[in-house]
Formats: sequence, structure tokens, C-alpha cells
Amino acid sequence: MAAETQAATPAAKAGGPNHGLRIFLIWIVLALAADLVLWFVLGPHIPPGRLGSAAQGQQFDNNVMIAMSAPVLVLVLVYFTYAIVVWRRRPGDDADGPPLHGHSRIQALWITVTSVMVLSLAAFGTYELIVPYGAGGGEGPSPIWNPPGAELTAAAQQRPWAPGHVLVVQVIGQQWRFTYRYPGLGGFETTELVLPVNTMIQFDVTSIDVIHSFWAYQLGVKADANPGVDNVAYTKTQHLGRVTVRCAELCGLWHGAMFNYGKVVTVPQFQAWASSTSVALADVTKLLPPYSTTYDPTEIAHLGPVLQKLGLTGAGGGYYPPQDPSQP
Amino acid sequence: MSLPVRVGTLLVAFLAVVGGAIFVVIHYLLAGPPTVDFTSQAAPGQPVHIVLQEAPQTTVSDRPDWVSYFIQDPASHQWVHTTLFKVPAGSMIDVTVLGYDGCTPLRNPFWGKISGTVGNVEYVNGKPTQVLNSWGECSVAHTFSIPGIGLNVPIASPTTLAANNNLCGTSPCTSGPHTTVTFSFKAPATPGSYFWQCRIPCGLGFLDGFGGPMQTIGYMTGEMEVAG
Ligand SMILES: [Cu+2]
Ligand SMILES: [Cu+2]
Repeated sequence: MAAETQAATPAAKAGGPNHGLRIFLIWIVLALAADLVLWFVLGPHIPPGRLGSAAQGQQFDNNVMIAMSAPVLVLVLVYFTYAIVVWRRRPGDDADGPPLHGHSRIQALWITVTSVMVLSLAAFGTYELIVPYGAGGGEGPSPIWNPPGAELTAAAQQRPWAPGHVLVVQVIGQQWRFTYRYPGLGGFETTELVLPVNTMIQFDVTSIDVIHSFWAYQLGVKADANPGVDNVAYTKTQHLGRVTVRCAELCGLWHGAMFNYGKVVTVPQFQAWASSTSVALADVTKLLPPYSTTYDPTEIAHLGPVLQKLGLTGAGGGYYPPQDPSQP
Repeated sequence: MSLPVRVGTLLVAFLAVVGGAIFVVIHYLLAGPPTVDFTSQAAPGQPVHIVLQEAPQTTVSDRPDWVSYFIQDPASHQWVHTTLFKVPAGSMIDVTVLGYDGCTPLRNPFWGKISGTVGNVEYVNGKPTQVLNSWGECSVAHTFSIPGIGLNVPIASPTTLAANNNLCGTSPCTSGPHTTVTFSFKAPATPGSYFWQCRIPCGLGFLDGFGGPMQTIGYMTGEMEVAG
């Protein structure tokens, strides 16, 4: 911008071409073309896709930021190219360039335009976080942006699920696997993540050892899995497809191998899967601790019989001998 | 100091640093447990037999108080202190685990369910078993789990308090109370490396039992290399 003042003033005064206008016209055409191509051609393929509503929201946000930054990039490139072509040194020209002057109107315009951009992006970002119920991010144990029908207590989560209602899926991180518990479908726990389409999903993410992070990429969901914490995140499944789940928090030796694939299926397929899985896992489901939003696997109440048998009657209050360290 | 003395000092210091770096690389970074190869043992179409044991300690290592797996070499029948083994792709693998270690409750009782084996079953001293209740009974010592192929086998432990208080004291164990757990699974058709692990935080002395042997290849975790 400062250089533009250098270019525009002396030449225009001398009756030469108006460089500022030329650059502006080249820029407006190219910037418009770039934005149209980026929005309509590249836009639909920008990560993380549209499998979940949170993902679609993130894709939209990414596209808005791309559409806003492309003209800035184009302006820099246009000015750079124009300067190289038009203002290069000609043979035999050893004269000094014209002196630089301040140009308060352009400076004011620059400050105004960039301030408006930054402030409106902040407002836009806030809106885009609140309106789509946290935008797929973990909102902690007491989420403040909830979709209608969200189930925020363990008792409510265990009410039998019916199509059309919010489906609660508990995600349990442990070294080095996520397991999924479906409290509204009998409370079974499985290594498979299967979700019905066109359904608001409420992920209740927790861990039973170290900190993991549940990242369901195509659904646009990412929520830390902390031991003793219930971290709630929402997304609505929008069409059938495959979900890649990765742990996004360095969690030990095999962190890099801590991934699995889930899928979004039709509602009848989901119901069929849930009932057959529930039957297949019935023998282990009855051994699980009662459904809860968090678990403390070292809690003596669960382990009573086996620890008594071992002669560890909980003198140290826990799972390990009292001299061994455990998380507070 | 004369020039030769200075040059000599510099040279000695340089060699000491380089030598130290080489020692660190070889001793700590490149050193690892050996791989037991089951590919040569296998006749085509015949199952591969793998014998493992769980020892309550590792007296053969510099970590004598860590629990560990051992693998029996198929040719020499010697116990090898390692958790790395190699099998042919697509082969049937018959596994025998000698469980010489005592019981510890699972962190998540879900892993008491046997999965990924032929018939989703393991045989504990010959008795077919589909699920072990480690929170209700003293029944599980460690698990043998290969998440990449959905394999999860909780390895049964001696069940009585007397047996648990009388475990073998030198490893690899050759006598003492133990269980014999057998199961079969199909090696994946796709060659590659598949990690396996124990799901019981058995690293006693570490925070919540997660450190030490749980995070160290050669003890409670390792890799199955599937050769094409
Ligand atoms: Cu993790
Ligand atoms: Cu173990």
C-alpha cells in the first residue's frame, strides 16, 4: 500500500498512466475470479467434508476464510508482478526513484479495512461456535450450547433410544483403543462405532487412563478424553459414509496406532446392528460397571471381591499396593 | 601449550564426543529385543505353533522386577526374552500361553471378553471360555491383544490365593503354579507390522501401573510381523 502511493502520485502528476487504478482493476477481476473458483470448484472438497453437521459448518468456515484471504494474496501478487514489469530499471536509467510520501487517506483506509475484517471474523467465529452447538468441539461436562433433546445426566442417557431422538454415544479412551458405549440401547460397550443417519449424536467423551483425544474427522468432532471428566460434543449425521477416528493426544507408546473406522448407516441398519451386538456382547455387558458419565476403575467398590481374594482389602484405598503411585 | 599438544587435545575431545554418540545410538536406539521367526517352521497350509509365557518378573534382564512375556524359539525350544515374532501371512496361528503370573483386575472389564480367535473362544486348561470376570474373580493376569485385527485374549491366572502367593521366582519360569491357555487365530492376509499389547496396567511401581513394562517392547507389548 505504501508503495502504491509512491507509484500513483508522481506518474499521475506527470500525465502518465494511473497505476493505482490499473492495479485496482487487475486485482478486482482476478480476485473475483479466484473467489468464484475457490468457492464453487474447490469449496465442496475442503476438509473435513459434510458427513456431520459440525463438519459441514467447519467446511463453510474454512471456505469463508479462504474467500476472504484469497483477494489479499491476489493483491500482493498483482502488485508484485506489476512492479516487476512496469517499474523495472530501464537500460541507461541511473536516476533515483521518486521520494516516498505518506498518504493519510490510504493509511486510514488500510487500517479501517483490516480492522473491519478482523472484527467481523471474530463475530462470525463466535456465531459459528455457538449456533451449531459448539461446532463439534468438546464443551466439557456442562455444555452451554445444547441441541434440543440433549441428554445431560446419566439417568436421561439410559432412557431407551428411539429414531429421531438424540443418540448418546459414550467414547471411552484407553491405551490404545477407543471403545463406545450405547447407554440408550442397553448399555453395551463395543470397539465399533456405528451411527444412524440424520440423527443428532451426542458424544460423551471420557478416559479411564491417560489423556486421549477423540477426533472423528469426517464428523467434525474433536474432544479431549480426560480421566474423570465427561466431555460432551455434538454433531448431526447427514449422509451415509465412513468415519476415521484417531487419537489426537500423544498418549504413550502406541498412540500412533490408536485409530479405528466407524460408519454412518441407515436407521434400520443401525437398529439391527444394535440389537445383534447387544445380544452378542450380553455376557460381557453384565460385567461392566453400571453406566456412568465417568469411571474410576480403581474404585474399591467395583473390585471388592477380587481384591479381598488377593488379600488387598483396600488398605491403600485402591487397585495398587499403597506404596505405588496413582493419580490423585 | 604447543601446537601438537593443542591439536592432540582437540582430537581426543572430538573422538570422545563422537564415540559417546555412537555408543548411545548403538546401545540405546538400535538395540532391541530379537524377533522369533515362525515362518521357516511353517509347512504350507499347516498351522503355526507359538508358545508364550507370562513371567511375574524378568530376572534375565536389567529390569528384574518387571513382568514380562517370553517367546519359545520353535527350533531350540529356548525361551527368548522378546515380544517380537514373525508369522506367514494368512496362516492359522495356534497359540499356547503359559500363565505363570498372578491375577490383577482389568482396567476395563470389557476386555474380559475373548474376541478375534477361532470361535471367539480360548481354552483355559482345556476348558472353552468366552469371557473372564476379572472384577468378580481372581481370574486374569494379562491380556494378549492385537487391536489391528480385533484380537483380544485375556490370559487366565492361577485362581487361588495360595497359588498367587507362591508364583515362580526366576524367569523364564519352568515350574510353579500356572494356567495353560490355548487359542487360534488367523494371521492377516496383508503383510505388515501389527502391534500387540497387554490391557492390564501391570507396571507396578509406575503411576497407575501404566509405565515400565506396559510401554516397553520386550515386556508387555510387542509386534507381530506378518511376512508375505
Ligand atoms: Cu490416545
Ligand atoms: Cu500385563
